[in-house]
Amino acid sequence: MRNRLWPCARPYGLWILAGVACSAMEAVFELLIPLVMSDIVDIGIANADQSFILRKGGLMIVLAVASLCFGLGAAVTSSVAGMGFGANLRRAEYDHIQTFAFSNIEGFSTASLVTRLTNDVHNLQMTLMMSMRLMVRAPVMLVAALFFSIRISYRLSSVFLVALPLLLAVVSVLLATTGPLFRSLQEKTDALNLVVQEDLAGVRVVKSFVREDREREKFAERNDDLKNTSLRAFGRVVINMPLMMLIVYGTIIAVMWFGGQMVYAGSLEAGKLITYFTYITQIMMSLMMVSMIFMMLTRSAACARRVAEVLDETPAITDAGAETGEDGLPAAVSDGSIVFDHVYFRYHAESPEWILEDVSLRIPSGATVGILGGTGSGKTSLVSLIPRLYEADKGTVSVGGRPVETYTMERLREAAGMVLQKNTLFSGTIRENLLWGDPEATEEELWAACRSACADEFLERMPDGLDTDLGQGGVNVSGGQKQRLCIARAILKKPKVLILDDSTSAVDTATDAKIRAAFARELKDTTKLIIAQRVASVREADLILVMEGGRVIAQGTHEELMESCGLYREVCLSQQEGGSIDG
Amino acid sequence: MAKHGPGPHGPGGPPGGFRKPRNIRGTLGKLMRYLGRYKLQLALVAVLLVVSSACTVGGSYLLRPLINDYILPGDFPGLARMLGVMALVYILGAASSFGYSRVMVHISQTTVAKIRADLFGKMQDLPLKFFDTHTHGELMSRYTNDIETVSEALNNSFGSLISCTLNFTGTIAMMLVLSPALTLVTFGTLLVMLLVVKTVGSRSRRYFSGQQKALGEVNGYIEEMIEGQKVIKVFNHEREARAGFQRRNEAYRDAATRAQIFAGMMMPAMGNLNYVNYAVTCCVGGLLAIRNGDLGGLAAFLQYSRQVGQPITQISQQVNTILSAVAGAERIFEVMETPPETDEGKVRLVRAEAGEDGAVTRVHRDTNAWAWLKPDGSLTPLRGDVRFDHVVFGYDEGRTILHDVSLFAKPGQKIAFVGSTGAGKTTITSLINRFYEIQGGTITYDGIDVRDIAKESLRRSLGVVLQDTHLFTGTVADNIRYGRLEATDEEVEAAAKLAGADGFIRHLPQGYQTVLSGDGGSLSQGERQLLNIARAACANPPVLILDEATSSIDTRTEKLIEKGMDRLMAGRTVFVIAHRLSTVRNAKAIMVLEQGEIIERGDHDGLLEQKGRYYQLYTGLAELA
Repeated sequence: MRNRLWPCARPYGLWILAGVACSAMEAVFELLIPLVMSDIVDIGIANADQSFILRKGGLMIVLAVASLCFGLGAAVTSSVAGMGFGANLRRAEYDHIQTFAFSNIEGFSTASLVTRLTNDVHNLQMTLMMSMRLMVRAPVMLVAALFFSIRISYRLSSVFLVALPLLLAVVSVLLATTGPLFRSLQEKTDALNLVVQEDLAGVRVVKSFVREDREREKFAERNDDLKNTSLRAFGRVVINMPLMMLIVYGTIIAVMWFGGQMVYAGSLEAGKLITYFTYITQIMMSLMMVSMIFMMLTRSAACARRVAEVLDETPAITDAGAETGEDGLPAAVSDGSIVFDHVYFRYHAESPEWILEDVSLRIPSGATVGILGGTGSGKTSLVSLIPRLYEADKGTVSVGGRPVETYTMERLREAAGMVLQKNTLFSGTIRENLLWGDPEATEEELWAACRSACADEFLERMPDGLDTDLGQGGVNVSGGQKQRLCIARAILKKPKVLILDDSTSAVDTATDAKIRAAFARELKDTTKLIIAQRVASVREADLILVMEGGRVIAQGTHEELMESCGLYREVCLSQQEGGSIDG
Repeated sequence: MAKHGPGPHGPGGPPGGFRKPRNIRGTLGKLMRYLGRYKLQLALVAVLLVVSSACTVGGSYLLRPLINDYILPGDFPGLARMLGVMALVYILGAASSFGYSRVMVHISQTTVAKIRADLFGKMQDLPLKFFDTHTHGELMSRYTNDIETVSEALNNSFGSLISCTLNFTGTIAMMLVLSPALTLVTFGTLLVMLLVVKTVGSRSRRYFSGQQKALGEVNGYIEEMIEGQKVIKVFNHEREARAGFQRRNEAYRDAATRAQIFAGMMMPAMGNLNYVNYAVTCCVGGLLAIRNGDLGGLAAFLQYSRQVGQPITQISQQVNTILSAVAGAERIFEVMETPPETDEGKVRLVRAEAGEDGAVTRVHRDTNAWAWLKPDGSLTPLRGDVRFDHVVFGYDEGRTILHDVSLFAKPGQKIAFVGSTGAGKTTITSLINRFYEIQGGTITYDGIDVRDIAKESLRRSLGVVLQDTHLFTGTVADNIRYGRLEATDEEVEAAAKLAGADGFIRHLPQGYQTVLSGDGGSLSQGERQLLNIARAACANPPVLILDEATSSIDTRTEKLIEKGMDRLMAGRTVFVIAHRLSTVRNAKAIMVLEQGEIIERGDHDGLLEQKGRYYQLYTGLAELA
C-alpha cells in the first residue's frame, strides 16, 4: 500500500526532508531558550550581572527568531509537499482510471471512484502536511527535552523513568480503545446517511404511500444508534486530557520535591529547576499532539487503503495483443465487417450462467442489422464486445477481418462508434459536445451530422444554436433531444461500425423513422447495428437478430423471421395492436 | 453528491467552506433554545469551567511560595505540605476539566441527535416543490457537513472559548499581582500578536476562498467526468479528459499551497513571538530580581508568560469554528423553517361497509369499501370520481404548464394520457394526489375539493406506480410491504403474483427474503418495475395511477403480465400514462395532451374516427409496422 502512494510523494522528497529538518530544528531551538533562561537565573541574577542578563536575553531573542524562521520554513515546505503530493496522487489515480475497462469501473461504482478521487485524496494531502509539521515536532521535542533534562541533572531525570512509561501506556491504551469506537462511529454515520439518501431519492414514493412516519421511525432508530455510539466514543476521548494532565502534574510535584532538596543541598541551581519545570510542560504538549495526530492517521489509513485499491486495480483490457499494420503504425480497421465465432461471455468469472452463449454471426460491411430481444436477453452485451468494451471469454470477435484484440483500443474505437443506452452529455456548449466526435469538424459537417440525427430542427429553434450551454449533465435539453445529440456526436466520428443501443427510445416514431432513413442515405458504407424495442425500428434491416437467454435464436430478414420464428411473430403481433409515441 | 465536498481541514486555518452566517444572533438564539433543556447541566459546566481555570492559573502561582518560602530556605516539611496543596489543586483541576468535557459531550451529542431528528422530521413534511428545487447533494450536506460542524462546535469550541477566555483573564490578573512592570512588557507582545492574527488571518481567509473555489472546480470536474467515463472510453477521449483534469488539478494545487502556507505560518509565528516575549520577560525580570530577589515570583511569571499567548491563537481558531457552525446551523434551520405542505383538509378516509339498503356505515376492519368521513360526521362512499375543472398550473410562477384543463374520470374507468415529453401528463397525475398546489380551477374527488381532504387520506386512496422506480434497502418482501405495512406474507406473495414478479423473485438467492441494497442495483429495470407494481397491488388502493409503469418491461413480458394488470385495474379508477399505445388502447377515455392542453379526447375508436393527432400517431405507426 505504501509503495503505491510513495511514488507520488517522491518528487517532493527533498521538500519533505527539508520540512522534517525545519520542524526538528524549530523544536530544538525552542528547547534551547529555557536553558539560556536558567543561566540568567543562576549566573546573572545570582551575580547581579546586568550585562550578562542582557547578553543572554539577546541570545534568547536570536534563538526565538531562528526558531521562527525554521517554523515558517516548515510551514512552507509542508504546504508545498502536502499539496504537491495530493496533486500527484490525484493525477496518478485519475490517469489510472482512464485505463480502466468498463468492468473495472463497474467493480468500483462511479460514486465510490469519485469519493476516492476527492475526499480521500484531500484527506491524505492534509495528513502529510500536518504530519510534517507536528509528527516530527512531537518526538523531537520529547527526545530533546529528555536529553537536555538529563544534561541538567542526571539524578533528577530518573523521575522520567516512572512518568514516561506511564504516559506512553496511557496514550497507547487510549488510542487502541478509541480506534474501534471511531470506526463504528463512522459505520453508524454511514447507516444514517443511507436512510436520508434513500428518503430523498424516493420522496415521491414516500409521499404517495404516506410513509413519512415510517421514515421517521427508521431515522430515529439509526439516529439513536449513532447518538449512543458517539456518546461512548467522545466520552472515551475526554478521559485522555485529564489523565495525561494528572501524570504530568504528578511528575512536576516529584521534580519539585526531589529537585527542591537538591537545590537546598546545592547540587542543583534554582534556575535549572525552573527549566526542568518548563520542559515537563513541553513534553506534555508534544504528547497531546501525538494523540491528536494519531486520530488523524487512523482516518487516513482507511483513505490510503481505498486510494491504493484504485491504483492496484489491473485494467481488464489492455493493448497487449495489438499488432502493427503494414505501415508500421498500429493496425487500422479496414472495413465494417463483423464476425462472431462461437463467442461466450459473462460479466463475472464466478457467475454460473453465460450472458452470451455460443454466438456466431457474420455481418458484411455496410449492412444494417437490427437486434431484438427481451429484457436481459444479452443484446447490449453482444454489441459491447465489438468496440471491446468487454472481452469475450471464449471464441473470437473480429472487425474488419481481424480479431478485435489485435487492434489498439484507440484504433478500434475510432472505427466503432457506439451510442450507449445511458448516455451522457457534458457541461459546456452543444458544439463542444459534438466536437468530441471529431475535433476538426467544420460548421457544415456539424450541421450535416445534426441533420442526419434530426437534431437540426430543435437546434434551429434555440437562440444560441450550436453554442447553447447545456449545463451540467445536459440538463437544458429533453430526453429525446439528448439522444439525438448523442447520435449526432457518434456520426461525426465517421465510424465504420455504428452501434445504437436503444438510443431512440425517447424519440417519437416519426423522427425515429426519419433518422433511420438518413442513416440509409448518408451512412451507406457504415455497418449499422440497431438495438430496439420496437419492431418498426428494425423491420427494414438487412438482417435481424432475435435474442433470447444469451443466444441468437433466429436471424434473417423480417419476412423470413415472420415465417420461421415464433417469438418474432409474437413480438410483432404484440406491437401491431398499437404503436408507441414519444414518452 | 455535494459538489464542493468541503472535506476535513487542518487545525492551522479557517475551516473549509468558510461562509459567514447572515444572522448570528437569531441563529445562536435558536441553538440556545435547544440547549435550554440542559440548564442545570450547563450551570454545572460553568462552575466546573471556572474551577478548572482557577486551578490551572492558581497552580502556576504556587511556584512562587514554593521556591521563595520553602525550597530556598530549605523548609522540607513545609515543602511537603505545599506540594500536597499543589497536588490537590492539580487533581481538582483535572477532575473538573474531565467533568465539564464529559457533561458537554452528553449535552452536545444529545442536542445534535435532537437537531438531526427534528431536521429529518420536518423534512418529511415539506412539499415536493422543495425537493425539486434543492439537489440531493445540497440536502445531504445538511446532515453530513453542517450537523458535523455544529457538533464539533458544541463538543469543543464553546467550552474552549470560555475556558480560554477565563484562563487569559486569570493569567493577566495573576501577572499583574506578580509584577505590574513585567505585565507591561507582556502587553506589548500581546499587541503585536493580535496584529499578526488580524493581518495573517484576513489574508489567509482570502486565500482560503480561492482554494475552496479551485477545489470545487476540480471536484466538479471529477464528478462529471467519472460519471461519463464510459462515454470517454467509447470516444477515445482519455487524453483530453486527462488534460482537462490536469489543468484544474494544477490550479487547485497552486491555490491550496498558497492558502496552506499562510495558515501554517500562524502557529510558528504565534509560538515564537511568545518566546520573544519570554526572552524579554527573562531579561527585565532578571534585572528586577537582582533588586528584589523574588526568584519564585520570576519563575511563576515566566510560566504565565508562556501560557498567556496560547489562548489568543486558540480563541481565533475557535471563533472561526463557531462562526462556520453558526452558518451551518443557519442552513439547517432554514430547512426546518420552510413552510410545510399545507394540509387543512378535514375529510378523512375510513373503512366502510354498504348495508343492504345501500347506506354506508363506518367499520373498523378490513373491508373492500371505503368512505369519506366529513367533518359533520356524514359518510360519502368512495367511488373514484375525479374531476378537473378549468385547472391552471405551473411549477414556477409565470410559467404555466397546464392551461385550463378540464377532465373527468367516472368510477371504475380507465383514463389514459398520451402526448410527447413535457406535454404535462405526469403533471396532471401529480395534481390528483396534491403533490403541488394548483393556481386556478378546482379538482374534486367524489365531489369533494381535494383541498378539503386530509392529505394522508387523499394519498392513501391513490396508488401510484412511477416510471422512476425506487427501492429501499431491505428485503424484497419489505419493499412490497411498503404499500401496506400490516400485509401478511401471503398477501405480499399474492401481490407479487398479480404483478408477475413472483417468478423472478423465487429465482433470487433468498427469494422474498433477499436483501436489496443500493436501490436494488442487482435487479434489472424491468424487474424493478414489476416490484413497484407489486407494491401498489399490495397497497390495494381504490384509485391507481400508472405513470409509465411498464416502460422498461419488454412487450412480451408485458403481454404475460397483462392478465394480472387487468385484475389489478378491475373495478378501480385508473389513470395511465404510457408510451406504447397498445397499453392505453382499451382505456375508456384517452386524452391527447400537447403543451399543457388536452387537444383531443375520446375512446380509441372515437379518436381514430376524429382523424386527428391520435389518428396520426396511431396510423403513422401502423404504416411503419
